[in-house]
Amino acid sequence: MSSRIDLRFAETKAAGRAALVTFVTAGDPNLEDSLALIEALPGAGADLIEIGMPFTDPMADGPAIQASSLRALQAGQNMIKTLDMVRRFRENDSDTPIVLMGYYNPIYIYGNERFLENAKAAGVDGLIIVDLPPEEDSELCLPALRAGLNFIRLATPTTDAHRLEKVLTNTSGFVYYVSITGITGTAKPDPSAVSDRVSLIKAKTDLPVAVGFGVKTPDQARAIAAGGADGVVVGSAIVNLMLDHMDARGNAQKTMVPAIAGFVRSLADALTEKT
Amino acid sequence: MTKSKLNTFRGGPDEAGRFGIFGGRFVAETLIPLILSLEEAYEAAKVDPEFEAELNHLQTHYTGRPSPLYFAERLTEHFGGSKIYFKRDELNHTGSHKINNCLGQILLAMRMGKTRIIAETGAGQHGVAVATVAARFGLPCVVYMGETDIERQKPNVFRMRLLGAEIVPVASGTGTLKDAMNEALRDWVAHVEDTFYIIGTVAGPHPYPAMVRDFQSVIGVETREQMMAAEGRLPDTLVACIGGGSNAMGLFHPFLDEKGIEIIGVEAGGKGVETGEHAASLTGGNPGVLHGNRTYLLQNDDGQITDAHSISAGLDYPGIGPEHAWLHNSGRVSYVSATDAEALDAFQLCTRLEGIIPALEPSHALAHVGKIAPEHDADHLIVMNMCGRGDKDVFAVAAHLGTDIEG
Repeated sequence: MSSRIDLRFAETKAAGRAALVTFVTAGDPNLEDSLALIEALPGAGADLIEIGMPFTDPMADGPAIQASSLRALQAGQNMIKTLDMVRRFRENDSDTPIVLMGYYNPIYIYGNERFLENAKAAGVDGLIIVDLPPEEDSELCLPALRAGLNFIRLATPTTDAHRLEKVLTNTSGFVYYVSITGITGTAKPDPSAVSDRVSLIKAKTDLPVAVGFGVKTPDQARAIAAGGADGVVVGSAIVNLMLDHMDARGNAQKTMVPAIAGFVRSLADALTEKT
Repeated sequence: MTKSKLNTFRGGPDEAGRFGIFGGRFVAETLIPLILSLEEAYEAAKVDPEFEAELNHLQTHYTGRPSPLYFAERLTEHFGGSKIYFKRDELNHTGSHKINNCLGQILLAMRMGKTRIIAETGAGQHGVAVATVAARFGLPCVVYMGETDIERQKPNVFRMRLLGAEIVPVASGTGTLKDAMNEALRDWVAHVEDTFYIIGTVAGPHPYPAMVRDFQSVIGVETREQMMAAEGRLPDTLVACIGGGSNAMGLFHPFLDEKGIEIIGVEAGGKGVETGEHAASLTGGNPGVLHGNRTYLLQNDDGQITDAHSISAGLDYPGIGPEHAWLHNSGRVSYVSATDAEALDAFQLCTRLEGIIPALEPSHALAHVGKIAPEHDADHLIVMNMCGRGDKDVFAVAAHLGTDIEG
């Protein structure tokens, strides 16, 4: 069975470019503005959408996404609303893959089986759960695969060749290469080091490899793609730009969606241009 | 699990770092190679006589172990029942049991060739112990501490700075221990090559809960020998306070298989568990996953972690070590709570009757001792872990009692 994720990476590969993966937090700054934003992403050039499930204690995230999570929670976001947001997105878009990203506890409390069933029904394609390494596969990874959801694993600069095999086992959809040792949106990745690691991963798997965690500009995205990545993930830079378009109370101004769409377009163009 | 482990409460964790369903290794991939190499280094050190000899030497000559087992005669008289003993870990160098674990971990850090130490701290007792061993071994040290805690634990902040540690204030979240731990984990992810993270309690990803417990078990091992010497038999009841639960695991673990011994952990009841403002994860929380392990957590029905509250910064944490969660579910250890007000009363009572100023953390344990001691006769022996001294708390206590001692 080919998932939406498989199909989308096949398309971008056929077009000879890397896929643009954009991240936003569900419910930031509030449910309706967040949905409007997510609905604008595919038209602006996003190939896949990662939606963050907000959590009070996002240990792998930098200040931008921490603050984004807290804004969403303060606006009343929860797992039920996040899944419902995906369902509403799917009413008008049946092609763009949706990957939910976050931490295990809100899923565990929601109930693993109930979560997988509801996520699948809502139109979710894959999961990235930061604090579920291969050592904990029996928790959610294996049940997710049985439920027909991709479980996307993180490989990092600390993942050596021996460990990589373990990371790739049970991974599906794509492999997410974390370009820095650090938290999201902080250090700047070194394109040549990233390129070496992407080659190493691609030698061991046929899955596409997407690179993220420090990519902020069209130039960086282009450089990462030129180094062989099949996808480039941009998150903190989008979340930071959203901040510039919020009023004092943290609500979205009318300029937010066009501004984000413009930025996403510039990233997509950078990946489309032939280098 | 092997067959022999079925008959013991001391066999955990299993190879996956689990105590029943609790524990585990719920951390980002970046950290997995580190915790696996830490586990390997710890397993090697455990069976290395040189490591043991070095740790023993430091415990004797640096910490001042063994800590005494003290008969609290006047409190015994006051409560009128059980004979009350204190295990006096507040007499350790740095003023609490925290040094027991820090010495073990810094020796491991040295063996692993790490050149930088990080830690989280709440009350600052662990931070002070980490800064102390880092100074002793000449390693730079960064301590993450919530802004709220920095404000209420000023003496310890100054001590850490004197010891050469860099204190990084953490403003995210509620600015308390859980946020400091998030920030320490973020630091660790960004400095994996050179940095050793000295976790202060029996929580975090495997192997931390087991390793910290092992380093703290010296408390229970000594208690056993000292009680045999003093009374010719083992105690009837053990009592210790619990935030993350390291002093309690240290006292309890060597006695878990002594079926006749009643074991009680005292959580911080804050303003009362029924008010919702407390830090009693077992009494008022439910199982979830945070900071690398599955355990009981204070959280809402969406799995979001909620704020803990306690007069004691050292108990102000919304989780508890996974082995305690397992001992709670298995029924081997009873977990109760004591409120802020009860702890304050016990603090003053102990100070006046025994001339010992206890930290606010063991004051919670003492509050519970005061409840159960009158129920027994004089042949009933209670050991309470006096895990820290209260010098750090005098400003906070003065504020609660409405006394201005700073002006």
